[in-house]
Amino acid sequence: MTLRRTGATARRVLRQLRHDPRTVALLLAVPAVLMGLLAWILHGRDDEFNHFGPPLLGIFPLIVMFLVTSVATLRERTSGTLERLLTMPLAKAEFVLGYALAFGFAAVVQGLVVSGLSFGLYGLQVAGSAWLVVLVAVLDAVLGAALGLSLSALASTEFQAVQFMPAVILPQLLLCGIIVPRTELPTVLHWLSDVLPMSYAVGATQQLSMSATVTSEFLIDIGVVSMFVAAALVLGAATLRRRTR
Amino acid sequence: MEPAIRVEHLQVDRGGRTVVDDVSFTVSSGTLVGLIGPSGSGKTTLMRSLVGTQIVAGGLVELLGQASGSPSLRTQVGYVTQAPSVYLDLSVSENLRYFATILGAPRASVDRVISDVGLRPHADTVVGQLSAGEQARVSLATALLGSPQLLVLDEPTVGLDPLLRRDLWESFAGLAEEGSTLLVSSHVMDEAERCQRLLLMRDGRILADGSPEALLARTGATDFDAAFIALIEDPSK
Repeated sequence: MTLRRTGATARRVLRQLRHDPRTVALLLAVPAVLMGLLAWILHGRDDEFNHFGPPLLGIFPLIVMFLVTSVATLRERTSGTLERLLTMPLAKAEFVLGYALAFGFAAVVQGLVVSGLSFGLYGLQVAGSAWLVVLVAVLDAVLGAALGLSLSALASTEFQAVQFMPAVILPQLLLCGIIVPRTELPTVLHWLSDVLPMSYAVGATQQLSMSATVTSEFLIDIGVVSMFVAAALVLGAATLRRRTR
Repeated sequence: MEPAIRVEHLQVDRGGRTVVDDVSFTVSSGTLVGLIGPSGSGKTTLMRSLVGTQIVAGGLVELLGQASGSPSLRTQVGYVTQAPSVYLDLSVSENLRYFATILGAPRASVDRVISDVGLRPHADTVVGQLSAGEQARVSLATALLGSPQLLVLDEPTVGLDPLLRRDLWESFAGLAEEGSTLLVSSHVMDEAERCQRLLLMRDGRILADGSPEALLARTGATDFDAAFIALIEDPSK
């Protein structure tokens, strides 16, 4: 594996984004506008905004990145460019990491914009460090990108790919602990929520909104989210096939 | 010297159907070979088997003395698919610069291949805004990066104007003279005369294998369409 080919792939993906300014605008604006809407809905109920705000600050970018990445990689599979790349000396890991780097970079920009507005303009407050909230928001967006990358292998059309969003993301949204705390879920659902990545993504932000110091629960949560990112990327690389039927 | 292509008893099944059936042939280096046959005859599947993107049911495929799909072949074999497999949302030169980096080809080769396919005036145009023929040429240019020893080109001249088709066939012949081996597929029979050797394909089998002149002489036909029909009607020829 070389850094040169990984970097070239990441730059190429970012260049494609640059040729599509409307997608970039949506990528940055949608989570920011949604957070603004949430602040407005909960106007005058600061406790509730500070309760729902941090987890959603991570979830909105996760959903946006999941969709964008799954469509982008599916396009690469169906247009024949992936097949061409795999007849060239490009390792599967270089391809997947190139995508992860490019969308990771987009996630950092997105995370900074949405967090900056939430803390600076919408008046979001947390007990812990706001920078750690930014870190979790970026990590969540990278998680969305990694999940999109690996799950796009299961889709053969763009119609199927966009359906994965309600199929994969919405159940996690219901089970992650924002609607009912995970400890109060029926036992089977609690077990189920234990193996879903969004539970930990949300758990990390809940730790930050409650505790002024970095708790061990927080560290475990972001550790688990990072492992889900790594596993999704390995799975994404494993689904690339040089030979097909 | 190792043949550039060696295929022995190749069989490929797709969707419960045998689409390449007991195909054997060898091609020596520096030859321009035409793979001619109607659409659906198995040309694309045969080419995919050569470059190692097709799961095959049986037989042997070797390129430049190595099993197809070997990692060491990835810089030595250029492959152009029928549909232009380049990024429609990048410019011509952005596409080629990316693929050149992946291949480890020198920067200068990007300018060379853009000129080779006559796209100099469009170097900074986004590929999606080009015509279908121009997009096909971007795809072809990608395969020419890094001067591969073997080129496998699937219908590279479809939809191109006659002048450009002639130019491309001349550059294919030039590449063969310099020692590259080219396997070029086409369903247009009159492109057959441009090749040093022809493989006529139908229903997954090689119907005839020889020089264009020998093929005409054997069938007593005056053009390649007639020769093809004569061979289908009487395979003993």
